Amino acid sequence: MAGKFPLPSEIVAPAGAEGWQELYNYSSSFSADRAEYEDSMFWFQDGVHWPKALLPWDASLMEMAIVSLSQYNSRHLLVPPANGIDFRILNGYVYLSPVPAPEEDIPMRAEQFMQRAGHYFLNWNELYDNWLVKIRDLVKEMELLEFSSLPDVEPLEVVTSGAGVGSGGAIQANYLKLLSCASTLWQYHFEFLNLGYAAYLDFFGFCKQAFPGISDLAIAKMVAGVEVDLFRPDEELKRLARMAVDTGITDAFKTGDVEGTCQALRAAGEYGEAWISSFQQSAEPWFNFSTGSGFSSQDKIWIENVEIPFDFIKNYIDSLQAGGDINRPTEAIAAERDRIVAEYMTFLASDEDREAFNGKLGLARVVFPYVENHNFYVEHWSHSVIWRKMKELGAVFAKEGFLDAPEDIFYLRRHEVPDALFDLYHSWAAPAPARGPHYWPPIVARRKGIVEALNTWKPSPALGVPPEVVTEPFTIMLWGITSDSIANWLGGGASEDGTLNGMAASPGVEEGPARVIFGPDQINEVLDGEILVAPLTAPSWAPIFGKIKATVTDTGGMMSHAAIVCREYGLPAVTGTGFATSTIKTGQRIRVDGSNGKVTILD
Amino acid sequence: MTTISWFESYWAGMKSEVGGKAASLGEMTGAGLPVPPGFAVCTSAYRRARDESDLDAQIARILHGLNINDTDSVTERCGQIRKLISTMPIPEGIELQIRGAYLELSARAGTKEVPVAVRSSATSEDSPDASFAGEHDTYLWVRGAEDVIDAVRRCWASLFTDRATCYRVEMGYDHRSVEMCVVVQKMVHPKAAGVAFTLDPTNGDRSQVAIDAAWGFGESVVAGEVTPDNFRVDKVMLDITKRIISAKTQEYVLTDHDTVEKVDTDPERALQPCLTDAEIKAITKLAKTAERHYGCPQDIEWAVDVDLPEGENIILLQSRPETVWSRKGPTAVIAPGTNTGDFMSSIVSTLMSPLYTKGSDGP
Repeated sequence: MAGKFPLPSEIVAPAGAEGWQELYNYSSSFSADRAEYEDSMFWFQDGVHWPKALLPWDASLMEMAIVSLSQYNSRHLLVPPANGIDFRILNGYVYLSPVPAPEEDIPMRAEQFMQRAGHYFLNWNELYDNWLVKIRDLVKEMELLEFSSLPDVEPLEVVTSGAGVGSGGAIQANYLKLLSCASTLWQYHFEFLNLGYAAYLDFFGFCKQAFPGISDLAIAKMVAGVEVDLFRPDEELKRLARMAVDTGITDAFKTGDVEGTCQALRAAGEYGEAWISSFQQSAEPWFNFSTGSGFSSQDKIWIENVEIPFDFIKNYIDSLQAGGDINRPTEAIAAERDRIVAEYMTFLASDEDREAFNGKLGLARVVFPYVENHNFYVEHWSHSVIWRKMKELGAVFAKEGFLDAPEDIFYLRRHEVPDALFDLYHSWAAPAPARGPHYWPPIVARRKGIVEALNTWKPSPALGVPPEVVTEPFTIMLWGITSDSIANWLGGGASEDGTLNGMAASPGVEEGPARVIFGPDQINEVLDGEILVAPLTAPSWAPIFGKIKATVTDTGGMMSHAAIVCREYGLPAVTGTGFATSTIKTGQRIRVDGSNGKVTILD
Repeated sequence: MTTISWFESYWAGMKSEVGGKAASLGEMTGAGLPVPPGFAVCTSAYRRARDESDLDAQIARILHGLNINDTDSVTERCGQIRKLISTMPIPEGIELQIRGAYLELSARAGTKEVPVAVRSSATSEDSPDASFAGEHDTYLWVRGAEDVIDAVRRCWASLFTDRATCYRVEMGYDHRSVEMCVVVQKMVHPKAAGVAFTLDPTNGDRSQVAIDAAWGFGESVVAGEVTPDNFRVDKVMLDITKRIISAKTQEYVLTDHDTVEKVDTDPERALQPCLTDAEIKAITKLAKTAERHYGCPQDIEWAVDVDLPEGENIILLQSRPETVWSRKGPTAVIAPGTNTGDFMSSIVSTLMSPLYTKGSDGP
């Protein structure tokens, strides 16, 4: 390949971020110790999940995620061609390197894989049902963990029950339990996810052989689920909007703020009360929904920022009252999917092909609920609980002066927290002044400055030596990294005629004014009829998809959540352009061709 | 005996009365395909005209002692016969019916003297088939009842082209047994025209439609005189999966003196796509319909009618079975007899195969 990426060892810290490595575990950084290995590998930046510089504690979930993915490939299931994924944090950004399996091991791995993966495929539905139970139990376990200020006096029951341990020990144990639960959560996340992708790839490969001209999109449409838990939060918003209209209480929403609306609802009698009660029912679990990917402690979560779902509900009410249809046409979507399947089948060559097609499609559909839904259960619901618990712990520290605010706890590395807890316990037990209030605030302040500086750095899309051909299947499917996209990065930016290339993620062609935003806080800037341009989008942005004509993103592949959501909402989308937000300006007229992966700047 | 048979009244039992071309047009019309309207002047018309002029006797006299190797003699004698036929009187009732039908066709087309194509439609085995087609049996852009009748007679006369006549002599067929049906069909004034295959001709992929298109009349594409625009459309999704716009330097146009002639195309126009996306999709749907009707891959000729409103302006001119890939049969993915139902082996080999390395489908 022509062109090169910088080597990891060549990258310097941006001004103001010197010493940033202390924010992360020692083993997560590039260093002279492993430079020879690191400079010889290919690393791509994951801007899909971690678009900004990581906060120290937040890095925990990233690390657990990547290592869990890896262990299933390399040690549990023995995916034949692919081991796991190595990762590093560089200037606060996440870089990933797929580790191929040694050629000579592949036959042995194939044999083991057949047995191990076979177990999952043959028992998939049962195992998935059980998986849902495991996740719910884990959420319950985490919710029961208590993080509250240590009492002046231990309750009498502690003494009379003969427990022999108290609050000081409990809060430390609970924190370690929380970490353990997070690790378990991520192992559950990947338990058989890669097998889901493998089944999907098998169907995908068959279709491409039978029909060389078929688009990736057409295949995705044949497999995608219709009733998907990932869209349930949005469905609940719509249901509540419809309920407000049907029971005649929409006036309560005119006040424009949550407090005022709730007051008005309560004053509206039994319908208003019923609505509030219905909202609360929807909220658990469906509003444990992040406005981002779920990986950042700073992402807003609906259940803690109810003005967000309230705003969306108000928009839906306005739509309904203007005579609009807010329903996702699930019947039409299912009918369309069935039509597509039936039609392609008529073009297959033989009974054997039809049988194979049906078998592979069937398996792909069995696995897809897990593939599409796990994201809600892990990155949204479970993570919401984790963030909540950490903020509760942060509040305990803040009360004792260790931190200025509960959210500052995320500036500690996960393994620093037990030390701070011990300091707290020690000072409570003595009692004597803790060192924490002197020690932690300056560290947090310095680290905040560092993270701010890191966020000014523009990460190279990749480092090191690009492979001749990208073969590792999950790199392609999950991150959309292909030989084409690597070449695109090396090419760097829009071509002379003002076009950008990316993945044809959702079909259709639309033209309109661009609205470039960089995060969920800017969602309200998006106007009707605009084309959304963003580094990435999140499933929780779905409610604005009724306003926009199309989306363009910097990152993400065919199976990214942005692509899935756009297909479900029938919006053209081009993902993985690499440079959309740095090239397109708000207000510029652009044309998005989601069938061919092309974006053209018309002005 | 029926003299005039409109396409929409065609049914299979009529084939002997109207011949292959008319039968095909009748069948397509009956299938609801958008074929330009028209009618057949049935063989009975030729028979009556021939009988009333006592043509058989005259033909026998002219051809008596014909030596088919004497080309000059053949040319001279056949020329005489054709002159006879093209000038013989048509029984009044029949002529009135032809005029009446042309009038009605014009009314249907919403125009005073609708331009038509007048073509021979052979009816029997002892008549030469399409491979004998020549200049005597197709007349394009004919207008006015007089010219139509004139063209009908010339088509009748094409029964006695030099080749046809000699063919019958050699095969020992009786000249008195041959009959001719003539098709009169509204001509399309095309903005653009071309061909389409209901599979990808480069690889036999049955899920795609391939379209070749150029400005003006379709002759330029069919004859390969112009490098056409090429589009590939997915049949199921109706996405345009490939576009190649070529420099279409020439086109057949309708001149202002009612002829069809080849001219050079303005350079800027030559590089513009000659079809809109809506038209491309409409042609694809038409091709699909034809394929479904005939039950096998088709090779169709189509035109975009400049006189009809968008959404109703794609016309089918011809549909015949595709021969190259159909003969091979579609290529199965699973080699026959190898599907053991073992999905795990398949998954393993998919993971090992670099098929998906290409990522998103390029144009």
